[in-house]
Amino acid sequence: MSNNRGVLKFIARRLALGVLTLFVVSVVVFTATQLLPSDPAQAILGRDANTASVAALRSKLGLNHSAFYQYTHWLKGMVSGNPGDSFNARQPILDYIGDRVVNSLFLLVLASLISIPASLWLGGYTARRRDTTFDNVTSNAMLAFASLPEFVVGIVLVLVFSVRVWHFLPAVSAIGIGQGPWTDMKGMVLPTATLVIGAVPYISRVVRASMIEVLESDYIEMARLKGAPEKVVLWRHALPNALGPVFQVIALNIAYFAAGVIVVEALFNYPGIGGALRDSVRVRDIPVIQFLVMVLATVYVITNLAADVATVLVTPRLRTRIQ
Amino acid sequence: MTDVAVSITDLRIDVAGSGKDIVDDVNLTIAPGEVLGLVGESGSGKTTVGLAVLGHARRGVKLARGEVTIGDAAMLALGDVALRHARGKLVSYVPQDPSTSLNPALRIIKQLTEVLEFHDFGGSDAARRARVQEVMSEVLLPSTPEFLRRYPHQLSGGQQQRVGLAMAFACRPSVIVLDEPTTGLDVSTQAHVLTTIRELCHAHNVAALYVTHDLAVVANLADRVAVMYAGRIIEQGPAAELFFNPAHPYTRHLVAAAPDMSTDREMVGLRGRAPAPGRRPIGCSFALRCELAVDQCRAEFPAEREVSVGRTVRCIRPFEVPQRTQHVAVHSSPIAASATHALMVRDLCASYTGLEVVHNVDLHVDRGECLALVGESGSGKTTLSRSIGGLHREWTGEILLGSERLAPSARDRTTAQRLRIQYVFQNPYSSLQPRRTVGDSVARPLLIGGASKMDAARKVGEMLERVALTASYANRFPDQLSGGERQRVAIARALVSRPEVLVCDEVTSALDVLVQASIVELLGELRRDLGLAMLFVTHNLPLVASIADQIAVLADGKLVESGPTERVLHFPEAEYTKRLIADTPQISDVS
Amino acid sequence: MSTVESDVPGADAVPDADAEVVSRKPPGVMRIALRMWRTRIGLLIVAALAVIALFGRYIAPYGEAEAVGLPFKPSGKTRKPTLFGSANVGHDVWSRFLYGGKPILIAAVLATLLALVLGTTVGLIAAYNRRKLDDVLMRSMDVILALPQIISALIVISMFGASTVLIILTVGISTVPRIARVVRGAAVSVVERDFVAAAESLGESRFRILRSELLPNISAPLLVEANLRLTFSIGLISGIAFLGFTPDPGAANWGLMVNENRKGLVPNHWGVTLAVIAIALLTIGTGLVGDGLSRAAAGIDRAKGDS
Repeated sequence: MSNNRGVLKFIARRLALGVLTLFVVSVVVFTATQLLPSDPAQAILGRDANTASVAALRSKLGLNHSAFYQYTHWLKGMVSGNPGDSFNARQPILDYIGDRVVNSLFLLVLASLISIPASLWLGGYTARRRDTTFDNVTSNAMLAFASLPEFVVGIVLVLVFSVRVWHFLPAVSAIGIGQGPWTDMKGMVLPTATLVIGAVPYISRVVRASMIEVLESDYIEMARLKGAPEKVVLWRHALPNALGPVFQVIALNIAYFAAGVIVVEALFNYPGIGGALRDSVRVRDIPVIQFLVMVLATVYVITNLAADVATVLVTPRLRTRIQ
Repeated sequence: MTDVAVSITDLRIDVAGSGKDIVDDVNLTIAPGEVLGLVGESGSGKTTVGLAVLGHARRGVKLARGEVTIGDAAMLALGDVALRHARGKLVSYVPQDPSTSLNPALRIIKQLTEVLEFHDFGGSDAARRARVQEVMSEVLLPSTPEFLRRYPHQLSGGQQQRVGLAMAFACRPSVIVLDEPTTGLDVSTQAHVLTTIRELCHAHNVAALYVTHDLAVVANLADRVAVMYAGRIIEQGPAAELFFNPAHPYTRHLVAAAPDMSTDREMVGLRGRAPAPGRRPIGCSFALRCELAVDQCRAEFPAEREVSVGRTVRCIRPFEVPQRTQHVAVHSSPIAASATHALMVRDLCASYTGLEVVHNVDLHVDRGECLALVGESGSGKTTLSRSIGGLHREWTGEILLGSERLAPSARDRTTAQRLRIQYVFQNPYSSLQPRRTVGDSVARPLLIGGASKMDAARKVGEMLERVALTASYANRFPDQLSGGERQRVAIARALVSRPEVLVCDEVTSALDVLVQASIVELLGELRRDLGLAMLFVTHNLPLVASIADQIAVLADGKLVESGPTERVLHFPEAEYTKRLIADTPQISDVS
Repeated sequence: MSTVESDVPGADAVPDADAEVVSRKPPGVMRIALRMWRTRIGLLIVAALAVIALFGRYIAPYGEAEAVGLPFKPSGKTRKPTLFGSANVGHDVWSRFLYGGKPILIAAVLATLLALVLGTTVGLIAAYNRRKLDDVLMRSMDVILALPQIISALIVISMFGASTVLIILTVGISTVPRIARVVRGAAVSVVERDFVAAAESLGESRFRILRSELLPNISAPLLVEANLRLTFSIGLISGIAFLGFTPDPGAANWGLMVNENRKGLVPNHWGVTLAVIAIALLTIGTGLVGDGLSRAAAGIDRAKGDS
């Protein structure tokens, strides 16, 4: 059908745009980390390093080559799945990061599974009962939570649940090397809760606003004037029109987590990529920084792409226009 | 009386929680098969009454008192479930804007079928499918599977409104409420939709409440008319009688303000605005603007009285007409015919991103002359006028201001050229910068022309008085002004630098009829006094009769006919013009 | 005057009834917001914390690096008398707290201002020049958006160290696309309104159209967004400090305090608690102001819709 071809063309276009964005990001990241510092080797090793080790690092980084060669060499490694070695851990990046990716992914999925349905429910419910006491109370609470930085939320949870008031949850996670995070579910509670508390207020407000906009529309009034039962009004008439923004919100949620894990993992000593990024920044482990930044940027670009495509698919007006 | 399909008794509707009435004392009945036109200006409460018939009140609005009875059902007393069963089956609704009232995410077959399903119409899916086919043919739409599978945005405006009608008639209701269903449609589409409505109501014996601001439409469609002003019905009666011999002074003003091309009378406007809810006087709410008002009018609201069979009015001085001076005809012949025209357009082709929408147009306007550029939406008339104003730059051909050739974009023209040709926009709510005072807005062309601030302030004051405002308006902000006042300010801004050519782009289409008439009066007067060459762009053919000397009719980007107003209106030559004139509803068409 | 109007004495009565309202500027979003309690409370909280952050150091009993006893001793168990005990290396918690707000507050405000100026400029230009320039500008904004703010900050810190100026620049620039998007979104609908065309037909300069026609009409969403960004910048900058990246590792800083004193939560939690309360109140305060502003802005929009 020509319709499908239109959608495929749209996806291809967006994909190309995403690749272009990532390409520009890679140029920016590479420039900032390897080209801009006058002598990255010196910067990495510090002022006191001896000349021999600086020279060794230089050749390892390929600093004696042209900027273009350095970049293409690096990019080739990234794309081919061989991003090089970590300076600090002295092992291939993928070995160093592998487990941590699994750990972070587990945390991210767990937090999403809780926060997305919770936000959708809360946003939808308060939209339907807007200006009631429940709506006012939650909207004020959500406002307060939305303003708080993650580490503040996390530390308050630690204060309340592990140190000062109660003592039943661990303040740091105790996942050993090679162990899956699911072996320590008790230790997952606070990191997950921190991410969820950070995300729900933000997302549920978007859901509420988008739902209200739909509920106030002429076609919802028309549906009621046609004698539609309230259930049909909500599920058939309102929901499909509120879906677009919801997809955007889910993408937003995941992008938010990608940044949130850095602080949360540092706070709970959780062995994930966020913690790894922070450690790498501290010791200037440039290959790891470059790799992780590209991974996170890719996650962002892909989730946005997926949300845009999904939005188009559920919106007839957009779907038919792009043919 | 048994022959009543719906009756509204003693209806009062308030602003929720304030006790301020939006609508009060409304009593109406409609017989089966009868069309009642409910006429009023914006804010008069007519839509609110229409929705009340379905037992519906919008957010912030409360049905405070009264009853709406349809058959055995007391609509305002029904519980949720019973009300739901009544809506769509007993009484249905056709909304104003079908493009926002049809659900964009559902195919039209779904939206049609579901009304039948809600009310278990026909008893089986097969019967319902048959009914969909039937009702589609009733509203003159194709009922092919391909068509039914479309989404609303894949239909034209007229088709969307027909789907709205099909949904409304689907369950064979006994009452139907139509809320300005033809606003925004072209006249030919409007004429067809109106015919369909009339035929369906008569054929199926449906009582219709037709809510509108457009007297001409009502004259064509309605059997009886009720006129609303500031939340009350001030007059009702058979359409023909009411329009030929209005009893209430307000109705008389409405009729006088309605543009009409078959008679030679001038449109007469009325200043001021209806009092808002909560600011209504104790007495007659029209007394403030009424030439006939006496002390008694201000003391209490006149009770309804019957002036002839089936005709009631709420006025103590019905049928009285105030003495007034004779109108000076606005028409005037061009001041001296000089060798060059004030504005001349030669072989103009305009396009949008490569697509040509205006083709080889020639026209000219002389000093003191008004040329009406008439066309339906999509005819290219606005593109043409914006090209002249320097706001649209994708065009070829020639535009001559006097003897000077104009550059496409206003930015590339000289300051003098920009000031000599001025533009008044369609919507006065968007043409004035909301965060700037009226005085600053009007002064801008003068300051650009190099005037000193003091000089500009003096001229602004003069100009404001010239457009029948006072100099004190200079300190106000646009949101303190009514629509008519805003349009006067926009006119003042256009004229303050004493231009030679004034382009008026649908300047009255956002305004109520009374205001429209007074703006047209004002423009005619200014044109005569200042010797302006005026290009009056409009879709409203009757309006043209009272202002233009010449008419140019534009269709699909081509000039199909042009000539003196009288000739074009009464002896049109082009097929298109003939059809346009035939399709345009007028008060004098009243049956 | 036209005929009907001149021979009807009362015809102008209604418009003239409004004449007593001489000049009333449409109330700005700030003025409407100030009528709400949430805005007032928010402003009060923010003002109180700003005073503590900026002037607290003058009433601090000890210097920010002055030792008062052993680490993590509760009040009363320190060598010198203290209100809230000692912090991780034996500094006075209360004094550290009084010193620790300034770096965060100043950096956040400056970063937000920087982002506001650049973001507004980019957004307005993109909205007004709808074709190529719009595309180029907004695509480059997308590139910045692809990196979460904290990551951009960490990249810069990893290479150049955590200097105050660099943190302000990074946070500011990474905020630009967010403001630019909001500004563009609001301005696009303003661009289409006829008063902009009216200004163009008079040949007003592009700069004047951006400044005098567009900018005044997007002030409401702009204020709301600026406030939101201030809240986020406070969170971000204190978060960076929490991760251990501060210009001067010895200097007091609320974000750093939380990190430093985490290990001592059991013996003396005040080092964490005071800092957390301060940051929480500051962000909730700006959040309240932002909410008041956005409610006011929504009210303005609604009134516009009615007309």
